[in-house]
Amino acid sequence: MFPVEHFLILGALLFSAGLVVIITKRNAIMVLLGIELLLNASNLNLVAFNLLHPSRLDGQVFSLFVIVVAVCEAAVGLAIVLRIYRQYQTSIPDQVSELKD
Amino acid sequence: MSVAAFMLYFFGAVAAMSAIALVWIRQVFYGAILVIICLLSLAGIFALAFAEFLAVTQIMVYAGGILVVIIFGIMLTSKISGKPLVVDHTYRWSGMLAGSAFFAVLVFLINNHAFVPADHADKLLDQSVQRIGTGIMTEYLLPFEIAGLLLLIALIGAAVIAATLKTKSNDVSG
Repeated sequence: MFPVEHFLILGALLFSAGLVVIITKRNAIMVLLGIELLLNASNLNLVAFNLLHPSRLDGQVFSLFVIVVAVCEAAVGLAIVLRIYRQYQTSIPDQVSELKD
Repeated sequence: MSVAAFMLYFFGAVAAMSAIALVWIRQVFYGAILVIICLLSLAGIFALAFAEFLAVTQIMVYAGGILVVIIFGIMLTSKISGKPLVVDHTYRWSGMLAGSAFFAVLVFLINNHAFVPADHADKLLDQSVQRIGTGIMTEYLLPFEIAGLLLLIALIGAAVIAATLKTKSNDVSG
């Protein structure tokens, strides 16, 4: 049995890296990749906490649902990116600022 | 150090390095490859943490589904000039500062809390695939059905959003 803290620290590292990717990248697809990293960091934490309480499988089943939601998010997000690219000829989120002007 | 522990820390190191390299990478295609490497090594970690069903699901969904969708997205949104899609960085130092501060706070909190496992933890997790299968059909049936409905709605919505809808004026004869 491995110490749970190592899983949690890896999850924290993945979450922080995903946060930095979301903040710094100027491309909508890279932002979606960062969101995938965030969701998988939460999955890793759920699996690690399931190691602590193995009499129930709530953590693993909940991370299955997290994977389903991640698939929905990737599909809808990429469809929106394609639509915006066709409309504005750009995939940089900062340049789509029609509501702001 | 046993073989399982070596594999666990190897997969963990690969996942951590690919996630950190994603911060510096500039080409979107390489970024997608790095994310897939990270997610596959996370699947290895899941398999070593007694979550075999989750590991197989992770490999099938991410390597088979999301990778293809993301690479199609990259190909469809890059200008047709033969050059790879390169991104710029904004808010570089503030982003790094926010990420590292968040990481420091999380590590501090994790180190300050003692996680105590329940008794005889190793034995119960052996039949996790069987227990997930019966659990999905009995105890977690309502969330399972809701997740299926959500997936259906999201995929229909994505197809509708990404489709090229013809305007009414072009459609007089139909």
